[in-house]
Amino acid sequence: MRDTRSLPARIALYCAVLAGAAIMLFPFLWTVITSITPEGSLADGPTLIVDDPTLGAYRTLLDAMPIWRILVNSLAIAVASTVLQLITGSMAAYGFARLHFPLKNVVFGFYLATLMVPLQVLVVPLFIEMKTFNLQDTYFALLAPTIASAFGVFLLRQAVTAVPLELDEAATIDGAGHLRIFTTIVLPLIRPALATVAVFAFMGSWNSFLWPLVVIRSPEFMTLPLGLSTLQGQFTTQWDVVMAGSVVSIVPIAIVYLLAQRHIIAGVAHTGIK
Amino acid sequence: MNGTMDRTEDPTVSRPVESTANRTTTTRRPRNWKTLGWVLFFLLPSAIPLFVFTLVPMVSSLWVSLHKWNLISPMEWVGFRNYTNLLTDETTRRVFLHTLIYVAGYLPIVYAGGLVLALALNQKLKGRAFLRATYFLPVVTSWVVVALVWKWLLNPTNGLVNQLLGAVGLPEPGWWTDPQWALPAVILSSAWKDLGFVMVILLAGLQSIPNDFYEAAKVDGSNAWQRFWRITLPLLSPSTFFVVVISLINGFQVFDQVYVMTAGGPSGSSQVVVGQIYDLTFRYGRAGEASALSWILFALILVITVIQIRGQRRWVHYA
Repeated sequence: MRDTRSLPARIALYCAVLAGAAIMLFPFLWTVITSITPEGSLADGPTLIVDDPTLGAYRTLLDAMPIWRILVNSLAIAVASTVLQLITGSMAAYGFARLHFPLKNVVFGFYLATLMVPLQVLVVPLFIEMKTFNLQDTYFALLAPTIASAFGVFLLRQAVTAVPLELDEAATIDGAGHLRIFTTIVLPLIRPALATVAVFAFMGSWNSFLWPLVVIRSPEFMTLPLGLSTLQGQFTTQWDVVMAGSVVSIVPIAIVYLLAQRHIIAGVAHTGIK
Repeated sequence: MNGTMDRTEDPTVSRPVESTANRTTTTRRPRNWKTLGWVLFFLLPSAIPLFVFTLVPMVSSLWVSLHKWNLISPMEWVGFRNYTNLLTDETTRRVFLHTLIYVAGYLPIVYAGGLVLALALNQKLKGRAFLRATYFLPVVTSWVVVALVWKWLLNPTNGLVNQLLGAVGLPEPGWWTDPQWALPAVILSSAWKDLGFVMVILLAGLQSIPNDFYEAAKVDGSNAWQRFWRITLPLLSPSTFFVVVISLINGFQVFDQVYVMTAGGPSGSSQVVVGQIYDLTFRYGRAGEASALSWILFALILVITVIQIRGQRRWVHYA
């Protein structure tokens, strides 16, 4: 089937995939172009080739908000949330897969129940909780709902269950305790599942908008999505500045993506095969 | 796999050994305490945050939904009146309709688009890895950025899309400034972002279809069209099922891109359920109704998901 394709069919195929790539890439290019177009030339829309490129929009952006701090906030919160979810998730996975205790299924049922409840059900009471303990506008508030994820526990438990029990038994005979078995045998063997959980944890935190919008007011604790959304004016929007902000928030994640592209895509594809 | 499962899941396997060793409860207790210690050690790091930041808010959300409350003055018990009021309210019906339109517009576009891209990338093709990475790039970009970039592309006066439409003599819609076009603008940008995600899931599904099936069908004299309908689509159904379930769950919770692009406007024409929950709480100080609305939405998502899981036997074929 594949080798017998006719030349016109092959040309059509390449045209289609390249058109697709153009549709996916062009908005990013347009964002960069807009961000370096002088504000005065924006009234008729930017042109593909900018006559007098300027970094003015980026300077306005720096004056408008502590963009570097917001960028570091976003990265730090995403990394912290990922690390915490990997630790709490893999430990719980080991507990559910390897330890025997009464009411285990009931406890696991509670974990599953939290998996099903979407964030918007929790947003109002979570906000009240934070307000009660005076934790609004803190890094802790941003991080709190993402310390543990039932989705991660669920995925990792399946991975731990697939690790042969004989390995544990052999290690036990050699005198290893639960902690040694967990760190030296189980963790290395569930690395693919850990990678998948890491990808989802990082992307989830990096993209999170509703919760920061609810709980954060001061610019110094904002994350990128929230900071960017405040750039839109009530009546007029300076599109060159908004696009400059978009570039600043796309570049770091694009770098992470380019470096880890294979693992990220494999991680996403992995969740679809069940 | 099953053997390991049985041994890990079934505590009775180890018990007979202990009883034949004739251990008394007094000697067994220290070991049980030790096990309990390990259970707490492994589970508490996740159990405490899940309890405090998910389970407690869940229960208190139910509690709040039975009250009239503006987040400041004391709560006033109203029973199920928030629910009955919402279910008969015209605005509720509108926001659910908008959410439904969003899902109904978004899902066919991402599925058809994602399928075409996945089928193309499943061919022998130069630069396949590059193309796959390119299609996936919007997936890792945040919703807020995507919404802002598309709000600019779809700017009615000097946006790129209208300039292109104008250049070829087509009508230039008002997009997010026009009540008729606000939802389509949101749908278009959302589909653009998620196309790569759907493509990756479907591509993984396509690659798991054994080539023998196609070879056998060809020997039997089938054409490419028949093979697509009789082999590819049925065997892709588990991936399709996953995409549909996930898209519906996420689609009914749509918020970020609507809030950024239209804020539910113009004049409420693109307000969705989660947007309404947010506005009820933080703009109108009606937290009780907002909580009730969030539970109605949750119930709807749950029912739809259960129906799909029940119905999957009819059309999902696991090879």
